[in-house]
Amino acid sequence: MQQPHQRKPFTQGALDSLPFFIVIVPFGVLFGVIATEAGMNLAQVMGFSILVIAGAAQLTALQLLTEHAPTLIVIVTALAVNLRMAMYSASLAPHLGAAPLWKRAFAAYVLFDQPYALSTIEFEKRPNLSTADKLRYFFGAGVPLGLTWYVATFGGAVLGEKIPSDLGVDFAVPITFLAVVAPMLKSLAHVAAAITSIVLVLALSFMPYGTGLLVAAVAALVVGALVETWVEMQRNTE
Amino acid sequence: MIEASTAQIWIIIIAMGIGTYVIRFSFLGLIGSRELPNWLLKMLRFTPVAVLPGVVAPMLIGSNAAHSADPLRLSAAMVTLIVGLLTRNVLYAIIAGLSVFFGLGALIG
Repeated sequence: MQQPHQRKPFTQGALDSLPFFIVIVPFGVLFGVIATEAGMNLAQVMGFSILVIAGAAQLTALQLLTEHAPTLIVIVTALAVNLRMAMYSASLAPHLGAAPLWKRAFAAYVLFDQPYALSTIEFEKRPNLSTADKLRYFFGAGVPLGLTWYVATFGGAVLGEKIPSDLGVDFAVPITFLAVVAPMLKSLAHVAAAITSIVLVLALSFMPYGTGLLVAAVAALVVGALVETWVEMQRNTE
Repeated sequence: MIEASTAQIWIIIIAMGIGTYVIRFSFLGLIGSRELPNWLLKMLRFTPVAVLPGVVAPMLIGSNAAHSADPLRLSAAMVTLIVGLLTRNVLYAIIAGLSVFFGLGALIG
């Protein structure tokens, strides 16, 4: 049965994404400012935000670049931050998999955290939505945010040329990462993964060019998955 | 400051762009609606908490960091973590952390 006052799916997605603008705008500005102050030109800063559109990975690459890590290490580590999106892709595939290939190709481009999160909630609430409507909702939740990400980055890059570089703005990078991670620490497994990552990266700091971080991250992944499996087993035996 | 050449930076941008797109397109584009093994999904879910703390820790307490174990930065980091844990809100945590850093920083000069 059609519910009364039902909005068009694209509009609904866009409206549902509104709260995330408060996060996306400062985050994009921050990336623009820090990347510019680190010495990147406007084309490079915008290249990052348009070709990659993934804040945490962009800041990770930026951080490793300022630490003079080799090119390959920068790429591999930053991509590791984005691996979670394979999970997003897998969990949206049953909903959007029937859409034409070119639409799925465009959907993949805007598959970042917020539209993924909003879509999974919406598709669970309204399982009878058609594939076309699901796709419209997804684009509504992703496209305006993506465009805002470009504009915010541009604003930050322009701002970064004007403000002095010794203000300590670079400290916003660890602060942002902590702020992104803290709300994710919602289970023992997540905490165990985070602690493993910290302890190992510090213990392996003798390893050259940030390779210690890769080892630490892989170990943390395994620890997280193992602890979660263990917790589930405990629960089942109760 | 970045010392990498313009070409190196562009290689990183393009490689990250392609790599990220391939990750996003993977299941949606190629595999369709086939189910993934549970253990793989489980591991993928942990990637941000596995990578990001490892990026942050050396910046705060690493032996090579420019401001290692600086009390002001450590306090700001702690406040960010606590506010993030309590409010589960990224923006509040950033605001709290930066307020401590710049506020307290200005206060103690």
